Amino acid sequence: MKPVPFDYHVPTSVADAVELLRTLPNARALAGGQSLIPMMNLRAAAPSHLIDLGKIPDLCGVHETASNLRIGAMTTQRSLERSAVVRRHCPLLGEAVDHVGHQQTRNRGTIGGSLCHLDPGAELPVAAAALEMTFTVTGPGGSRTMSFDEFPAGYLTTTLEPDEILTHIDVRKTLPHEGYAFLEFNQRPADFAIVSVAVLLTLDGEQVSQVRVVLGGIDYAPIRLLEAEATLTGNRLDDKAFEAAAAIAAAHPCEGDEVSPPEFRQHLAGVLVRRALRKALERTKVSVNA
Amino acid sequence: MPELYPVKIHVNGTTYERRVEPRMHLADFLRHEIDLTGTHIGCEHGVCGACTVLVDGASVRSCLMLAVQTDGRSVDTVEGVAAADGTLNPVQAALSKHHGLQCGFCTPGIIMTITEMRKESGGRQWTEDEVRAALSGNLCRCTGYQGMVDAALEVLTPLNLGRD
Repeated sequence: MKPVPFDYHVPTSVADAVELLRTLPNARALAGGQSLIPMMNLRAAAPSHLIDLGKIPDLCGVHETASNLRIGAMTTQRSLERSAVVRRHCPLLGEAVDHVGHQQTRNRGTIGGSLCHLDPGAELPVAAAALEMTFTVTGPGGSRTMSFDEFPAGYLTTTLEPDEILTHIDVRKTLPHEGYAFLEFNQRPADFAIVSVAVLLTLDGEQVSQVRVVLGGIDYAPIRLLEAEATLTGNRLDDKAFEAAAAIAAAHPCEGDEVSPPEFRQHLAGVLVRRALRKALERTKVSVNA
Repeated sequence: MPELYPVKIHVNGTTYERRVEPRMHLADFLRHEIDLTGTHIGCEHGVCGACTVLVDGASVRSCLMLAVQTDGRSVDTVEGVAAADGTLNPVQAALSKHHGLQCGFCTPGIIMTITEMRKESGGRQWTEDEVRAALSGNLCRCTGYQGMVDAALEVLTPLNLGRD
């Protein structure tokens, strides 16, 4: 046994979970446990009370509406990976999930847990930023929604209050003519990304009418490359445009560590942005929902 | 001292009732509470895959799952794989035939990962890339993986699927 002692609670409703988080000291919500339990094993996290969200039925599953997908926070990465609805209507999310951990961790790991843990090397926050996911959180005072931009607060830290839980995310369906790409670089497949990139692209004729370019691994949370988006919008996606966007990505201020210093990550950012734009462009020529 | 938590866990078809500390991992429950030491513990933070078992048929890191979380659920470990008389099942026999192990420490986890793939295959042929991706969740420092990939491909062909 590696973690410090703690008490364990298994609420069966969101309201009960929130009440436990509100009333118990030093309580943490447990989703799939693929980040929190390693941290507890290493004693980097030491909650006194663990509130397991695994028995709350409302928090699982992918629900399709006319224009949106609503994804329960406790939906496992493995079920997203295998979801025909996700592959068809949100292929960028499917491509990102393919890079998340191993099947043995995806069987337990959840989309909500990954988003709330907000690891700088994690794939799902990058996809969430590119897809402009909307987060619904519930606390003692009821529910509120926020955009992804309002979600990160710092390294491994979100703007969730200690007694709030993420219940579900909403994401609009990707349209058939939209191009997309999720790419990352790491030393071994299934590792956290050193740098990742997500691109979502709409063309009007030959010109870019809308584009989102999001980088992970550059800062504590995903970064939207607004300058690159502005440079690309209204123009043809030719080699010159790819190079301009890549140069902006490679010039972005960057965090780093001893293994992957900033200049290495910046180099990767440039290369990956160029490749992702090219892949997204190819995909605008093939209907994604076909 | 936190309260002990009563659990009833079905392991390899046998039901075990115990009272455990919430912080006890499934891996420690298997090894220390019910003496099933075939599940090995390597890194204890979800990297190495040595402790892989099946929970309700899905492969998991048993060092990243608490015993209390498996209350009422079914767990399959390497001890439940071979026949009662010790005859190796097809996964074990293929690993033996293809020299898919040397020291054997990672082997219980490897066997459980391949077992999950066999259950999930739907009778189709697995590709080498898919096998390598699945086995990348189990670290082996001896074999270089070739033997275990060969063994997995042999038992993941439509001809050999479902023959246990």
